[in-house]
Amino acid sequence: MKRGYFYSRKLHSLLGIIPLGFFILEHMITNYAAYDGGKAAFQDSVKFLNELPLIFFLELFGIWLPLLYHGVYGLYIAYTSRNNVGNYNYGRNIAFMMQRITGVITFIFVTWHLYQTRFQIAIGEVSHEELGTHMNDIVTQPLMFVVYIIGVLAASYHFTNGLWAFLVSWGITVGPRAQKVSSMICTGLFVLMSVLFILSLIGFRSQEFEAAAAAVQQVQSVIG
Amino acid sequence: MANTMTAAKTVKFVVTRQEAPDAKPYTEEFEVPYRPNMNVISALMEIQRNPINATGKQTAPVCWESNCLEEVCGACSMVINGKPRQACSALIDQLEQPIRLEPMKTFPIVRDLVIDRQRMFDSLKRVKAWIPIDGTYDLGPGPRMAETKRQWAYELSKCMTCGVCLEACPNVNDKTSFIGPAPISQVRLFNAHPTGEMNKEERLEALLDDGGIEGCGNSQNCVRSCPKGIPLTTSIAEMNKDTTKLMFKHWFKM
Ligand code: SF4
Ligand code: FES
Repeated sequence: MKRGYFYSRKLHSLLGIIPLGFFILEHMITNYAAYDGGKAAFQDSVKFLNELPLIFFLELFGIWLPLLYHGVYGLYIAYTSRNNVGNYNYGRNIAFMMQRITGVITFIFVTWHLYQTRFQIAIGEVSHEELGTHMNDIVTQPLMFVVYIIGVLAASYHFTNGLWAFLVSWGITVGPRAQKVSSMICTGLFVLMSVLFILSLIGFRSQEFEAAAAAVQQVQSVIG
Repeated sequence: MANTMTAAKTVKFVVTRQEAPDAKPYTEEFEVPYRPNMNVISALMEIQRNPINATGKQTAPVCWESNCLEEVCGACSMVINGKPRQACSALIDQLEQPIRLEPMKTFPIVRDLVIDRQRMFDSLKRVKAWIPIDGTYDLGPGPRMAETKRQWAYELSKCMTCGVCLEACPNVNDKTSFIGPAPISQVRLFNAHPTGEMNKEERLEALLDDGGIEGCGNSQNCVRSCPKGIPLTTSIAEMNKDTTKLMFKHWFKM
C-alpha cells in the first residue's frame, strides 16, 4: 500500500515545531525588545538578525519553505475534518477545532503581515532601520491594532496547542497524566506568549516609534 | 385533569428513517406505551409489533440490528439523543424525551437504523489483528504473559468493534481514509501478546500505510465515547511511538 500520508503528516508536524516554533519564539523575543528596551533595543535586535551569516538561506529554509508547506498542508488538514463540537463539547475536541480555526486565521494573518513588512523591505519601500516606525504607523490605526492582537493570539494558540499535539503524535507523552501535565505547560506558554506579543504591540504604539519623534530624536542626537 | 390522570404513560420517539442505502432520510415520530425498565430495543420491538406512528397512521416497522442485548456484541450501536451508544443498554428512564434515534452516518446506511460496519472488520484484517499459530506441527506452548501486562491488555480486548469511536471521531469521514481508533488499539493489544509480538512490525507497517495512524488529530472524542472504557488515546500515543521508531529504523537501515 501507499505510504505518502504518514511522512507528509509527520513532516507537517515536525516543521510546525522545528523551525517554525523556534522562529515564533525568536520573533516574540525580538519584538518584546520594543516594549522592554524601546526603539534602540529593537533596532539592535533587528540588526543582529540581519547580520547573521547566510541570512538569505536561513530565511529560505528556516522560514519561507517550512511556512509554505506547513500552511498549505495545514489548510488541507483543516478541510478534511468534520468538526462536531455540537454533540461532543469536550475540552480536547474544542481544542481540536480551535487548532484548525486558529491555523486558518494565522495563515491569513501571517500572509498579510509578511506583505506589510518583509515584502515592503524586499521591494525597497521600507528599510530595516525604518521597521519600528513602520510598525508604529500600522498599529496606531485602531483597526490594525485589533487585527494584530487577534493575529498574535491565534498564532500563539496554534503554536502552543500544536506543541501539545506534537508531543502526542511523536509518542513522547503517552498516558493521560503525561498529556495532562504537558497541556498545563502548553497553556502556561500560551499565556506567556500572548502577554509578550501584546506588550510588544503596545511598545510599537509608543511615541518614540513615531515618525516625527524619530526625526526629533535624530536632531537631538546630532545636537547632543 | 382527569384525562391526564387516566391516560397511560407513553414514551415519545423521533426516528431518522431511510428506506434504502441511497434513499432520502426523513424523520418519523412514534409514541410507545411505557413499561418499567424499558430500553431502546424493547421500545423498537413495540414499534415492530404495532407499527403505527404518532399521527396514528400505519407505517413500515423501523429496522434495527441487535444480538446479545447485553452490550457485548456492538450490533445495536446507533446515535441516541445525539451520542452514539448501544441501544440495548440505553434505558428509557435515563433518557430525555422525545428520544431521538439516528443511524451512525459515518457508516453506509442499509436501512433505517441498520448500518454496515464492514470497514471495521476489513481494518482488523488489514492490521492483522490475530496471532498466527497455524503450522504443520505442534509448536508447543508459547511464552507466558506477565500478569501486570495481562491486566491492561485485557481491557483492550474488550473491544466489540461497535463503531462508536469511529462515529465520534471528527477525522473519520468521507474526506479522509483514516482507519479510526479501534483497530489502532487492537494493534497495541496483539503486539503486547508474547506470541503476537513476534509479528509486531507487520502490524505497525499497516499503520504506516495511507489511511493508517497518521489520520489521528487528537480530538480525543473516542476515549470519551467508548462504551467499554478502552484507553484509546493511550493506545494511539503508544502506537505513535512505535510507528515513529519504526520509521527511523527504516531510514537507518538503508
Ligand atoms: S474501541 Fe470501544 S467504541 Fe471503539 S469499536 Fe471498540 S468498543 Fe466500540
Ligand atoms: S445487542 Fe449486542 S451490544 Fe446491544
